[in-house]
Amino acid sequence: MSVRIDPPLAMLAELTHRCPLACPYCSNPTELLAKSVEMSTEVWADIFAQAAALGVLQLHLSGGEPASRKDLVDLVAAARDAGLYTNLITSGIGLTEKRLSALEDAGLDHVQLSLQGVTASMADRIGGYKGGFDRKMHVAEVIRQIGFPLTLNAVMHRENLEDLPATIEMAQRLGARRVEIACVQFQGWALTNRVALQPTREQVERAKRTVAEAIPRLKGQLVIDFVPPDYFSDFPKACMNGWGSTGMNVTPDGTVLPCHAAMTIPNLSFERVPDSPLHSIWYESVAFNAYRGTGWLPAVCQSCERRDIDFGGCRCQAMAILGDANAPDPVCRKSPGRAVLDGLLEAEAQTVEVPRFVYRR
Amino acid sequence: MIAAQDIAFLPRGVRTHKDKVRSADVLLGPERVLVLDQIGLAILSRLDGVVSVAEISEDLAKTFAAPRDVIEPDVIEYLTDLRDKGLVHVRQD
Repeated sequence: MSVRIDPPLAMLAELTHRCPLACPYCSNPTELLAKSVEMSTEVWADIFAQAAALGVLQLHLSGGEPASRKDLVDLVAAARDAGLYTNLITSGIGLTEKRLSALEDAGLDHVQLSLQGVTASMADRIGGYKGGFDRKMHVAEVIRQIGFPLTLNAVMHRENLEDLPATIEMAQRLGARRVEIACVQFQGWALTNRVALQPTREQVERAKRTVAEAIPRLKGQLVIDFVPPDYFSDFPKACMNGWGSTGMNVTPDGTVLPCHAAMTIPNLSFERVPDSPLHSIWYESVAFNAYRGTGWLPAVCQSCERRDIDFGGCRCQAMAILGDANAPDPVCRKSPGRAVLDGLLEAEAQTVEVPRFVYRR
Repeated sequence: MIAAQDIAFLPRGVRTHKDKVRSADVLLGPERVLVLDQIGLAILSRLDGVVSVAEISEDLAKTFAAPRDVIEPDVIEYLTDLRDKGLVHVRQD
């Protein structure tokens, strides 16, 4: 039986891997791509046009730090010309008043600003960038003056989960419409710092209560999206809403991936969009079809009532924890791999001294 | 809930879009894509930032030849749901 393939809704464009911050929880790969292999404005513009023709509606301009690209304004204009809803995912570093105003003229729809902490000392320590917090607060003020719709995006972990109520307050104070509270996901560089970043079970329970209280209280004022920490859940996330079902990721050199971390899976090769049309990569490539649908799932998932809810979870997590991308996500309580994950959590809970961060430099 | 006299509008960053690939009207907002049915589109296309929910309901009642007291609660429910998702903003006149 063949799988029905719908057109993609979203594209995450990693314009560059360059970034002034050095966050320990960075989910980009351990090996970053150099500026010399980054694609030109024209090639990106062609990719945006191909994406729109394929059915993509939403474009997320990301990185690294997308503002590190000198041609960011031209890229936004090209995306809007293609008819895409254009979202900028940024730390704010590299955005000036003049540049934000040019982005407005280019038609940028929405800004997602990352938050490393609610105080300068915490934020600058986590980001590994002195003065970053003050610059970010200034950028947030300019965003508010211009009137861009703003989402604040906070990655939460062991060191800052206690600041969750203050994070929600800050989102309100900055005039954000949405706040994304994303507990750290262990992909890429973040895996290096897993023990230092892993929250405790008590922290997770407190965070869930804080969110459950805040959502109804702030209804109509602030939308709160909460991504709970994977390892403490009973069932896996439907990663990417299902492999090759909804979205795709383009790296700075044009490699098209079914998800952000897919390159950690050995034996899969990924095509580059300047070499192959986006249409054929989405519909026909081996990588996009490898885990599409549910036909590939092992027996334990085939008989599960959650098969069509989470599609066996995250392939990259199965790879990272179990060394087997074909296994059910080890977060799943019903999977044989869960024992391995519980073993890791147990060992981390016994850790007397939490290790220091390894910064991404 | 939104009140009948409230003025609902699509805030900056939320817009309707003709999706040619899927032959559908969609609502685009931050991290959101909603496919609009005929009724949804009829409601949202009337949000001009001036008319109230009551006036929109009246207009829809005429257009679709249906009683307003049936239509208005549905319009309020629809717009309240979108407001809770952050896709519709509301002001009192």
